[in-house]
Amino acid sequence: MQDWKQHKATFASIAVSPVLWLVAFFIVPLAVVWLYSFGRNVGLTEIDISGTFSNYGRALEPLYLEIFGKSVAVAALTTLICLIIGFPIALAITFAQPKWRPWMLLAIMLPFWTNLLIRTYALITVLRTEGYVNKSLGWFWEGASSLKVMVGMAPLSTWEPLPLLYNNFAVILGLVYVHLPFMVLPLYAALDRLDRSLIEASLDLGAGHFRTLTQIVAPLAAPGIISGVIITFVPALGAYLTPDLMGGPDSQMIANVIERQFKRANDWPFGAALSFLLMYATFILIALQTLRNRSAERRS
Amino acid sequence: MSLFKRTQIAPLEYTRRLWMRAWIAATLFFLYAPLLVLIAFSFNDSKRNIVWRGFTFKYYGKVLENDGLMAALGNSLTIAALATAFSIVLGTLAAVMLWRFRFPFKAGVEGTMALPIVVPEICMGVAMLVFFAKLDWPTDLPWPLNLSAITIAHITFCFPFVAMVVRARLAGFNKEQEEAAKDLGATEWQAFRDVLLPHMKPGIIAGALLAFTLSLDDFVITFFTSGPNTITFPVKVYSMVRFSVTPEVNAASAILIFLTILLTTVALKLQDFTKATA
Repeated sequence: MQDWKQHKATFASIAVSPVLWLVAFFIVPLAVVWLYSFGRNVGLTEIDISGTFSNYGRALEPLYLEIFGKSVAVAALTTLICLIIGFPIALAITFAQPKWRPWMLLAIMLPFWTNLLIRTYALITVLRTEGYVNKSLGWFWEGASSLKVMVGMAPLSTWEPLPLLYNNFAVILGLVYVHLPFMVLPLYAALDRLDRSLIEASLDLGAGHFRTLTQIVAPLAAPGIISGVIITFVPALGAYLTPDLMGGPDSQMIANVIERQFKRANDWPFGAALSFLLMYATFILIALQTLRNRSAERRS
Repeated sequence: MSLFKRTQIAPLEYTRRLWMRAWIAATLFFLYAPLLVLIAFSFNDSKRNIVWRGFTFKYYGKVLENDGLMAALGNSLTIAALATAFSIVLGTLAAVMLWRFRFPFKAGVEGTMALPIVVPEICMGVAMLVFFAKLDWPTDLPWPLNLSAITIAHITFCFPFVAMVVRARLAGFNKEQEEAAKDLGATEWQAFRDVLLPHMKPGIIAGALLAFTLSLDDFVITFFTSGPNTITFPVKVYSMVRFSVTPEVNAASAILIFLTILLTTVALKLQDFTKATA
């Protein structure tokens, strides 16, 4: 590693453009939003930055606290479901034959590279009232009904399609669908580093598979589980598209409220305050994760 | 099932257990079935899009004739190409800077460089909206200059990814090679061009493909920076999706899926190629 003072000209020619870009088109825009969050609307487009905390005060009103709470709950439930689905998958990839491993990883990753909007749309097409899920369920229902008639019982009532879209269930299903790869990859990375002889020892000494998983594998893979949880939770918390397209009127998440302040309600200072609250929540989670990793590194 | 029962399943061969296979199959079904249904029904000759009525390319023809959609696709590809070109340069420079030099506030610069990756998309979109509104960024410029605001936003979230990938590649570089080049009389620039750059090349290519895909896929940030005359493909598809489920949207989506699969295949092939030649 070279000291910048000994190579000032080289350092300057390398550093100037990325640093300037980051300052001009990232730091400055965020700073403007941050300043707006302490302002208030005067006139249609004028914003007076008066240093008021009233926007943050408004964000603490029960209505918005409820939406914040709901977003956290939805993101947490999404993360938990992803963990439950993803852990066996990560385990299977880890213990698969080496020639299969890259293909299994690719199979998990490929949908992740497909456009988020298109994946959401694909889910909408199968979940809607005329979609395949409802059609298959209806088909089974009719089958069961005619079976009952055959054995001489009264037929079932007519099939009512399930409301699978535009409610909280759809939002969580959509978020799980979109975020599953985020969970599987860190889990796989952690499980892959695991010393297998420890698992074998546990099995040899008489612990069952379940006990080995909960008492040996899970604690050893804890750093991977935690990073998987954070990597899934953070984007789920800030999700905009899924609740917007798949949610009902009562499944608005924090990102939808922010969007409304900027695009429709035209209350930029309040939207700015909300988006900084979301950002602080994200930063705190990531900082905790970084601190954990650092202390883990120091210990080992 | 005699194929699977030739040898006894060893304790750690979880992948060979039936419940595990069922779990994997169910998950893959969950991940792929909606996408496959979407692609299949883009070829379906039925407006209502539920019952199979025969194979047709009709809706692909309709997509190609849809001027708004094709203009949006053109915009998206232009933005992705420009954003990739800028991201390669900025990302590579950032990676070399962080890898090579010790300088004050380095941890701070490094952390800030990773911020665009972790900041929620909605916050970044809002920041870009406010920023360009505050600057009174002109929106009535001729094409392709009218795409400049979106392109700038895309470069900002793409180049840190390139920096990350290239830096990972640089970690495996033997600095003695560069020193040897300089000892043998190469200038700083020659050593960079002929020694460091060839080593970084696989990282740069991987980063470029990542940047291109990210830019092509982005909806939320673009949604906040695009105007009525600067619609990108995802923004256009979004407005169509809000309206209804139609075979035409299926066909447009399928085109983007094929494009992504093509890019991914190229990326994987290139990585194999660079591994083989390295």
